[in-house]
Amino acid sequence: MRKAYGGKVAVRNLSLAVRAGSIFGFLGPNGAGKSTSIKMLLGLVRPTSGAAIVLGAPAGDVETRRKIGFLPEHFRFYDWLTPAELLRFHAKLCGVAPAKLRERVPALLDLVGLTPHRDKRVGAFSKGMMQRIGLAQALIHEPEIVFLDEPTSGLDPMGRRLVRDVIRAQRDRGATVFLNSHLLSEVEITCDTVAFLKDGEVVAQRNLASFANSEVHVTAQARCLSADAMAGLARWTVSANLEGEKLSLVARSTEVLADILRHLVLAGAQVYSFTPGQASLEDLFVRIMGEDRGL
Amino acid sequence: MIGTWVIAGITFREAARKKILWTALGAGVGFLLLFALALHFQIRDFDARSTSPFIRYQVLSAMMLVALYVVNLLAVLMTILTSVDSVSGEISSGTIQAIAMKPLPRWQILMGKWLGFAAMISAFVALTFGGTIGVAYLMAGVAPDNGLSGGLLVLLECLLALAMTFLFSTWFSTLTSGVIVIGLYGLAFMGGWLEQMSGFTESAKLVTIGIITSLIMPSEALWRRAAADMATPVAASLPFSPFANVSIPSDTMIAYAVVYLFVALAVGIYHFHVRDL
Repeated sequence: MRKAYGGKVAVRNLSLAVRAGSIFGFLGPNGAGKSTSIKMLLGLVRPTSGAAIVLGAPAGDVETRRKIGFLPEHFRFYDWLTPAELLRFHAKLCGVAPAKLRERVPALLDLVGLTPHRDKRVGAFSKGMMQRIGLAQALIHEPEIVFLDEPTSGLDPMGRRLVRDVIRAQRDRGATVFLNSHLLSEVEITCDTVAFLKDGEVVAQRNLASFANSEVHVTAQARCLSADAMAGLARWTVSANLEGEKLSLVARSTEVLADILRHLVLAGAQVYSFTPGQASLEDLFVRIMGEDRGL
Repeated sequence: MIGTWVIAGITFREAARKKILWTALGAGVGFLLLFALALHFQIRDFDARSTSPFIRYQVLSAMMLVALYVVNLLAVLMTILTSVDSVSGEISSGTIQAIAMKPLPRWQILMGKWLGFAAMISAFVALTFGGTIGVAYLMAGVAPDNGLSGGLLVLLECLLALAMTFLFSTWFSTLTSGVIVIGLYGLAFMGGWLEQMSGFTESAKLVTIGIITSLIMPSEALWRRAAADMATPVAASLPFSPFANVSIPSDTMIAYAVVYLFVALAVGIYHFHVRDL
């Protein structure tokens, strides 16, 4: 899909597939087009060209929206409602039966930790509490897919942990979660797959389960390391750099670490330390987006 | 259609919480008290001077019509000011996003909002317009000939202003929409007075200008028809007044206003349906 506002292109070439039942992370710097992409998938914004299929129907299909939940980036609602009234209103719009609501509303308030605040007006809620009630309204009708646009923004560490648990609970009941977040550490421990959006285009997609078993950063201390030995590392590494006695390299996977160490020793290097460490999602993000791009 | 009624219900509650509504209601009550006080002193004065029943009836009826005219102005302004940020405000704040992605067509959202405000405005007009007639009848024994149709025409004028406000607020910001609709209302107001003035100056061009402004925005024409239906012969003969029957809008003009209302609402719904949120 493509979306342009006049001469300004917000989304250039969005092309992605999300596996049902997975937690999908949608990453990119500010202005990359993440929110616009989500809005196109929800039918809130019409693409300039292209189309998307969500749950087997064209994006924006009214009946299909019965199976979709959405937490906007800055969730706001009528500030005179109590959290229970707010949930009941959204549930009515989703066609949830009143009998089901009697159980569902208290259960959801409990899930997002707002039971002690159930008698307050949402106008008195903090930003974090608004995010929580927004998350609850997105889940009120037990959707098959939930779009969460920055669900942890404004949340304290306990709130972030709660959101993580809620997201995993959605996957456990078979729902798909489409997560747009700036917090890479959150995405890293929550998502199954991530896509990187740059200048309105998906530039990379990674399965985080296999990513965890790939691209290992290694820091080593070694003497007598010849140029030939350094060149020979290319068989197992993405990059290798020697500064004095400090060798920094990125191995292709944990399985090649023994080969690298053996190669160094056989090449006559004196290896004093060899410390592998996992490459973070942030490292990958920076590498894909470029160093000059801020979050 | 369930979505329409759910939206209408919450819109009515949202509208009923707006300070501007309570300010307008407070102004309405204050105005009724003032009207009652003025009637009281006028009646006492008539009693002291043994004024003839004919003069007494005509003057008290004219006072009631002035009061109804103020109610009409208050109701239209209250309609515009309470509803102007309902659509544009929720679009700019993003509140609409959580609603618009629910399984209901967008026309139901706009229609529900319009119905919610229409219900609130109907209650406001019934209270203030009916209150004015009630006070006049109970204190002075006067009542307009066609009070119900006059009230319905004032309500139609408010609903027309509501449809126009919704139409523009699907396009523009709250402030811009408010300025445009009040501007159009002012234009119609001006045109109506120019047309009334034509009775004094006998200028056909002023009549033409009045008709053109009524076609652009038929709100004032509705009031003038309501006033013509309700006015006593003496009040109607007053030149330069809101009740002068110099140029009475026809049934066709009322039908035009109804069609105008539905077209404005339909265009607003269409634009809300196709626009990005």
